[in-house]
Amino acid sequence: MNNGTIIQARELRKTYVVGKVQVPALRGVDLEVPAGEFLAIVGPSGSGKSTLFHIIGGLTPPTAGQIQVGGNDLAKMSDADRTRLRKRTVGFVFQKFNLLPNLTARDNIAAARYISGYREKPDADFEKLLESLGIAQRLDHKPNALSGGEQQRVAIARAVVNRPAILLADEPTGNLDTENSKAVLEILQDLNRRLGQTILMITHNPEAAAYAHRTVSMRDGKIV
Amino acid sequence: MTNKIVLENMRHRPMRSLLSILLIAVPVTMILSLIGLSRGMSEDSQARARGIGADVIVRGSSASSVTSFSGASVNEGLVKYVEEQPHVKMATGVIVHSVEFPLTASGIDLDAFTRMSGGFQYLSGGPLQNDDDILIDQLYADQKHVKVGGKLRLMNRDWHVAGIIGGGKLARIVVKKSVLQEIDSATNKVSAIYVQGDDPARAQELADQLGKTLKGYPVITMEEFLSMFAVNNIPALKAFIGVIVGIGIIIGFAVVCLSMYMAVLQRTREIGILKALGGSKTFVLRIILTEAWVLAIGGTLLGIAMSYGAARLISAVAPASLPMIIVKPWWAIAGAITFLGATLGALYPGLSAAKQDPIEALAYE
Repeated sequence: MNNGTIIQARELRKTYVVGKVQVPALRGVDLEVPAGEFLAIVGPSGSGKSTLFHIIGGLTPPTAGQIQVGGNDLAKMSDADRTRLRKRTVGFVFQKFNLLPNLTARDNIAAARYISGYREKPDADFEKLLESLGIAQRLDHKPNALSGGEQQRVAIARAVVNRPAILLADEPTGNLDTENSKAVLEILQDLNRRLGQTILMITHNPEAAAYAHRTVSMRDGKIV
Repeated sequence: MTNKIVLENMRHRPMRSLLSILLIAVPVTMILSLIGLSRGMSEDSQARARGIGADVIVRGSSASSVTSFSGASVNEGLVKYVEEQPHVKMATGVIVHSVEFPLTASGIDLDAFTRMSGGFQYLSGGPLQNDDDILIDQLYADQKHVKVGGKLRLMNRDWHVAGIIGGGKLARIVVKKSVLQEIDSATNKVSAIYVQGDDPARAQELADQLGKTLKGYPVITMEEFLSMFAVNNIPALKAFIGVIVGIGIIIGFAVVCLSMYMAVLQRTREIGILKALGGSKTFVLRIILTEAWVLAIGGTLLGIAMSYGAARLISAVAPASLPMIIVKPWWAIAGAITFLGATLGALYPGLSAAKQDPIEALAYE
């Protein structure tokens, strides 16, 4: 893997076993992502986008093939190793925001910080980021008091609070209206430009994909 | 942060949390009330036996424990014989008749008993005079709502309350010995002979000496007799407490298991989020266990508070039959029992949450 490459997949395969039936989700994916890239992954439902996303994020192991993320060989990692990877190397943004409903926005961010093992507060840059996300005044509210756009911004803040090598965004605008979608995409673009944040974004929306440097398409478990 | 997550989770489902605490509190109250009752009854019996002022007791040949005290099998003639023995200052026979479990009435020779014990303290009224006279202590008077001069029906007879006595001496209910002997068809028989020696410090020697001459009658010192009232020396009670403690653990276990299992199901998605953020199995388990422990602490505290309520209720209903005390050292034991039950109960839901697949959990609606 080159020094500049942060994700490298070779012949990556994943087969789910449902009952007695084997369902291939990835059928040999080759992908290379340089550090600092904003990459969009597009494709129809069932094309394997989410599975690829889950493997890169360390949520599930691959069945075969090679996958390196930030210098870690995920194919050889145990469950506990992948849990450690999720603490600091990757940050997730989900379509459904997935904030902890009982905690305030501030505590949601603090929980991610705590789980990652950091005990000191985030640096001043992070405070600036909160300002630029436009949620600094909304941090003491619980998710049910925030709009979808606000929740997704909190989720983005939570995803980057530990300065992960990679930000994984799964349909980040899927539950937002046009205006909020645009705002979120601009935030991602800004994170990428200003901080050099590597971003992998799954999307159905070609307009959203246009914010990325590069777009790869998936179909039937392969990159086409 | 763990504590914050736990507390916010509990606040989010206040009804579930409060119900769990209440259900955990019930066995705590049950255990504390049982212990309070058994200790209270035992200490009350000991205090009354101590108040007799005897050093040694001679019991019937069939007497094997405190519970087989009732009945009259000692020949009253032995009282005189005992009094003639060396080192014996005085002796008096008492006949005991079971009235309303666990209460007994004692038939005494008032003059002899007064000489031995220093006599009853009359809160109102006065000593026994007629055959239908009865003395009762304040607690029994409260329980029966009766005053001096009032009537009391006991042992199929109507009694005239001659005096209300202070507690702490012999029995709560006292009548003339001859009357109780007649009721029991036990003429010239008593249940026990209380003996006062010339030197209280040599009670054991006196008991040994009398034991040799009174073959077939158990003769023991009052100290030994008092120790028989201790909870630990009543095997059936000990076993009963064991059963109640066991039930306490099972209820604590079941309540926490059910409550936490429900919580884990309700929070499947949140567990998925925590795992996606890098939360380890230990972290997830710790959250579930911490919540169970908070419920256990809450249940224990509420259980202790409710045991005061139980004590008040019991003392309002049956102050004489059921003298309950608050046994503080058992707070810690009840807490430990609850803690054990809660930990066992939280393990299964906690472990099943810990090993949940994050992708499936995040997809949970």
